[in-house]
Amino acid sequence: MAQPKSKLASKKPSSTLSRDQALHFYRQMLKIRLFEEQVNQLYLGAKMPGLAHLYIGQEAVAVGVCEALRRDDYITSTHRGHGHCLAKGAAVDRMFAELLGKESGYCRGKGGSMHIADQDTGNLGANAIVGGSAGIATGAAMSAKMRGTDQVAVCFFGEGALGQGLLYEVMNMASLWKLPVIYVCENNQYNEYTSYRETTAGEVATRAEAFGIHTEAIDGQDIQLVHATSLTLVERARRGEGPAFLQCNTYRFYGHHVGDIDRSYYRAKNEEQEWKSKRDPVKLFAEWLKKSEMADGKLLDQIEAETATHIKEAVDFAINAPYPDPNEVDQHVYA
Amino acid sequence: MHRIRTQTKSINMSTPSKPSPSFPLRLGEGQGEGNQPAITSGKPVREITFGQAINEALAEEMRRDPTVFIIGEDVAEAGTPFKVLSGLVKEFGKERVIDSPISEAGISGIGVGAAMTGMRPVVDIMFGDFITLTMDQLVNQAAKIHYMSGGKLKVPMVLRTTLGASRRSAAQHSQSLHAWVSHVPGLKVVVPSTPYDAKGLLKSAIRDDNPVVFFEDKMMYQLKGPVPHEEYTIPLGVADVKRVGSDITLVATSSMVHVALAAADALQAGGVSAEVVDVRTTVPLDKQTIIESIKKTSRAIVIDEGYERYGVTAEIASVIADGAFYHLDAPVKRMGAMDVPVPFSPVLEDQTVPTPESVAEMAKRLCNKI
Repeated sequence: MAQPKSKLASKKPSSTLSRDQALHFYRQMLKIRLFEEQVNQLYLGAKMPGLAHLYIGQEAVAVGVCEALRRDDYITSTHRGHGHCLAKGAAVDRMFAELLGKESGYCRGKGGSMHIADQDTGNLGANAIVGGSAGIATGAAMSAKMRGTDQVAVCFFGEGALGQGLLYEVMNMASLWKLPVIYVCENNQYNEYTSYRETTAGEVATRAEAFGIHTEAIDGQDIQLVHATSLTLVERARRGEGPAFLQCNTYRFYGHHVGDIDRSYYRAKNEEQEWKSKRDPVKLFAEWLKKSEMADGKLLDQIEAETATHIKEAVDFAINAPYPDPNEVDQHVYA
Repeated sequence: MHRIRTQTKSINMSTPSKPSPSFPLRLGEGQGEGNQPAITSGKPVREITFGQAINEALAEEMRRDPTVFIIGEDVAEAGTPFKVLSGLVKEFGKERVIDSPISEAGISGIGVGAAMTGMRPVVDIMFGDFITLTMDQLVNQAAKIHYMSGGKLKVPMVLRTTLGASRRSAAQHSQSLHAWVSHVPGLKVVVPSTPYDAKGLLKSAIRDDNPVVFFEDKMMYQLKGPVPHEEYTIPLGVADVKRVGSDITLVATSSMVHVALAAADALQAGGVSAEVVDVRTTVPLDKQTIIESIKKTSRAIVIDEGYERYGVTAEIASVIADGAFYHLDAPVKRMGAMDVPVPFSPVLEDQTVPTPESVAEMAKRLCNKI
């Protein structure tokens, strides 16, 4: 199993999830899973303009982290951002509408898959520049501190962003000024079509430690671990104790983007199979729910059916929704 | 009257403080919004430097609005290498005048994030050459966030930086890169030429809900000019006729306005009446004022300190060709910085920037006076 090594693997904090919370987490992860499967179908059916980068396989990270946040906390997201947006509270119908370039989308069809922003849920936007939102998240944290709120900002990025200098510039300032920002590095092990081992020297987590930033490296497939660790880091930041770096080791089940089907030149099929069969965060949590008697198979089937219906209704809404008026093309260039 | 350098640009250290036939113009018209300072008869108008005008604008806006803050390298006790921010940290503290590491991309990105979440940052980028280090944050983030979010998010950030050659600072501290950012939809770009304009435009820039890049010619910081005690702002996107003339229009930006004014003085002696239009902001560009002037004079030279190739002069020349073609009696001429990296040696550097002499000579040619 290709689990990235880290000398910093932390102990599993004890989970204190209530049944309601646990089922909510499951619903959220499943919503992302089925949303992304539907996105792939839209692509395959040539119903979606452009491309999309699927989050399938990484659901426990977005949900585990965002469930530790308040609605008024901030996140910044990435090109692989649908999961973050949904986990922070975005509605699936307006998400689909944006992916299809419709007026009722979160950005009136002007942003698309890689730029969904929703200020009502604190989502400062997905970002198609790898590492490009590190400054925005850090600035939002600085703003929260200057305005005297106790809001926290989370910067989601993939391990590919470890190659970008901006990240190190702002981590330095976040540490110097004790800003309430959490850098969540989702190590899905591939910078696009290249193994991160070919691009990343040394240990990932020690890069943040060098700035004196509190760092944790954990199994990103375990939602309870992600959530419990995030809670600790978020509360720490809220108390004014400064930034944190959370490395979540995970795996991208699909290609870099929809249509990246032939992946044999950069990763082995059996590696993918092993992750899918043994390290699927949704399946793992479903098993835990059953084992801990929070849900039985029937309830989980029911949740899946409800979620599928919800997704189906949302995608139908988006397909039937109107496009923006062509005259909108030069609106919103300036505020 | 003395000059800050002997051969190039020739910026007068003092702009006229009382009405004269040539400058300032539009006295008394719409005082306080877009025009020159009011001159009260018998009461001398205060003169301050360009640098002091910037400092005053920042101080006034920081007093008025607690969300305004400054972030940059050596902005606090040092007050920047040009001492433009001197004293601000004393009044507003280190929490609002923030010394940063040498991380231009980082502070620009932090500015964008802070601006999106309720603050009005003024990011200080010491030399205009260093905006190259901020480009992703300016071009891909700040400029596009409002549009990409369908009009929901805003980035009310000002990025102050410098332009201008002839300080003997060589190729990486002398460029005028305002054309780069003028090219990108979503950014506004200010290129003031006088202390009065600098103050009024900077106050407007800080209050604007869009990202604004504000270029100050580092050679003009000691330039003096009339600035009233009373508060005023100048809207972005309104050009200013700095001198009225009838034979030719010199359209200019930033310190090149002073080159144009000096050229106009020289031309007057030779019987050529030159009008000088200061565009003040390259984005938005006040096309109407430029076109109206050329319709009147029928000749134009566009003067800017950015590289001539694909530059601000090309854009404005195209605006003139489009809007005043049938009124032109001569080709529209462009005078920008030479298309070479700015050299160090004075004998080389002084050739790279338009001078009053070169502008006057070009104007005479266009007016058939040679």
